[in-house]
Amino acid sequence: MMRFLASRLLRAAITIIMVVTFAFVVLRLSGDPAQIIMGADAPPEAVDAFRTAWGLDQPVWLQYFHYFGAIFQGDLGRSMRDGRDAIVLVTERIPATLALTIPALIIKLGLGIPAGITAALHRNSFIDRAVMLLAVAGFTVPSFVLGLLLVLVFAVQLGWLPSGGQESWRHAILPIITMGVGGAAVLARFTRSAMLEVLGQPYIRTASAKGVPWHAVVWGHALPNAAIPTVTIVGFMVGSLIAGAVVVESVFSWPGVGRLLVVAVANRDLAVVQCILLLVAATMVTANLVVDLLYGLLDPRLRNQPKRAAA
Amino acid sequence: MSAPLVAIKGLRVSFDGQAALRGIDLDVAPGESVGLVGESGCGKSVTWLAALGLLPGRASISGSVKLDGQELLPARPQVLDRVRGGRIAMIFQDPASSLNPVHRIGKQITEALRLHRGMDGPQARAEAKRLLDQVGIPDAARRLDAWPHELSGGQNQRVMIAIALAGRPELLVADEPTTALDVTIQAQILALLQDLRKETGMALVLISHDLGVVADSCERVCVMYAGRIVEQVPTARLFEAPAHPYTRGLLGALPPLHGPRRPLSAIPGSVPEPWAMPPGCAFAPRCAMHVSACDAAVPEPVGLARNHRAACIRATLPAPHPENAYA
Repeated sequence: MMRFLASRLLRAAITIIMVVTFAFVVLRLSGDPAQIIMGADAPPEAVDAFRTAWGLDQPVWLQYFHYFGAIFQGDLGRSMRDGRDAIVLVTERIPATLALTIPALIIKLGLGIPAGITAALHRNSFIDRAVMLLAVAGFTVPSFVLGLLLVLVFAVQLGWLPSGGQESWRHAILPIITMGVGGAAVLARFTRSAMLEVLGQPYIRTASAKGVPWHAVVWGHALPNAAIPTVTIVGFMVGSLIAGAVVVESVFSWPGVGRLLVVAVANRDLAVVQCILLLVAATMVTANLVVDLLYGLLDPRLRNQPKRAAA
Repeated sequence: MSAPLVAIKGLRVSFDGQAALRGIDLDVAPGESVGLVGESGCGKSVTWLAALGLLPGRASISGSVKLDGQELLPARPQVLDRVRGGRIAMIFQDPASSLNPVHRIGKQITEALRLHRGMDGPQARAEAKRLLDQVGIPDAARRLDAWPHELSGGQNQRVMIAIALAGRPELLVADEPTTALDVTIQAQILALLQDLRKETGMALVLISHDLGVVADSCERVCVMYAGRIVEQVPTARLFEAPAHPYTRGLLGALPPLHGPRRPLSAIPGSVPEPWAMPPGCAFAPRCAMHVSACDAAVPEPVGLARNHRAACIRATLPAPHPENAYA
């Protein structure tokens, strides 16, 4: 178990380093922050001075070296725009993002999983077709289209809800629904196919053959097995709690991490972009690690694998 | 025969309009052992899955299945749940995938004890251990906490049998119980089923594609072909006086253990597809004794001796020697 955990932690660290390195190189190759932040009309001397001040005149490998050294001292750099610590800028945006993504996650789970189970249990019935039609519609419509559609109906036409901003809880409703619907659709389809796969297994027939009532077959025998593949996709959704709202935050002018990322990339505000990517990689990797541990909890066959391999 | 425990009459099953069973009549007496043989797809398993309501929803079923006079086709789910695992238990071909991978062995046995004998807690656990002992699993107390993947195929089949015994069934239906197992394990499982039948007095239906397996374990054999029973015969008579040409063909394909060696014969052709059934006898196109009357109508079973019936209009003719039947 400890060896398993240690190897997963090592892999997690390598993944994060790769993401950070990739972001570092690509950002520096794809535009000159000095020129963008100072503006096209800035005098060359001012731009040069900016470069020297932020160390941009040094070779990329040296900048990378300094950057990494600083990370291990807890310094993620400062924003080139207002000089504040990047980590402070990012963390103060996190609550706003979570205020959207956590309720959206609850909608995804609360709507998607029961819908998928119901569809599977009534395979090829009207209910199944209706659920799957909605699910296909739900995840083929891109979130920015759905978001704009909701704005058009509920903000512009009906005037029930605001179209953007963060003044009250009512402002959060449309972005939460926009995110929740797409995720619920994905989860419904996934849960349905996992459930159908399990319901076709011989052990389900065994349970029925020994006299277990159907509802108990579903709850006690089918669901624990169908949970195993479903956990993967739920883990992915949990991992994207922080970075999953980029598009929706932009559509609804919601001042969260996603919008900060869009603005920071446009401005080549290097430290901020890197800080966000580091955070995103860390949450995603953590969620994956939790999923791996959950697998072991849900599936005894995986739990015993290391022991058997050693034997 | 005494009053049957299970009486199946005119059982028909079709999937999406394709007939899988085309009228099965079969009685099982209390305590007797019946073998059901035939090639894959002939409807051996479907017969009992249909009788217990275990077929998927798209199967359409008609006919009658009575347990002690009580009709099971259709029966309310509550009635079926009492019958399944309680009065009639069933075990399946692939023991490894027939046990739930995420539940411990003990839990899967005590579940049946709780449902059919109202046992719970330490009492159920003690009985589960006794059942594991009874089916010959060593170190039963510890095995209760094992997962199915930690046991071998043979041990898993023993666990399946323990689950089946938990409800003290009057009939155990064993659907190809040894097909997925090694030959040596096969013999052990078959011997175990025989011993348990003697100990408990339950009836046994053994479904197999292997005539040898069935002949060793059963008092009576039903030979199935293309969704019908073509011959019902006491095992003792099966080798002496097989009546249906299909049964004779199956026997001709068995290597003899005693006597001179002879070339094994094979039945020419293959089983007709469900959508291309011949108008008369389904076996007629492959039959060495075929005459034009065979194509006129589906032959009704005719009695040839006590408990011996065959659905063949030429069954009363003397059998050609197996060597010559399909030469």
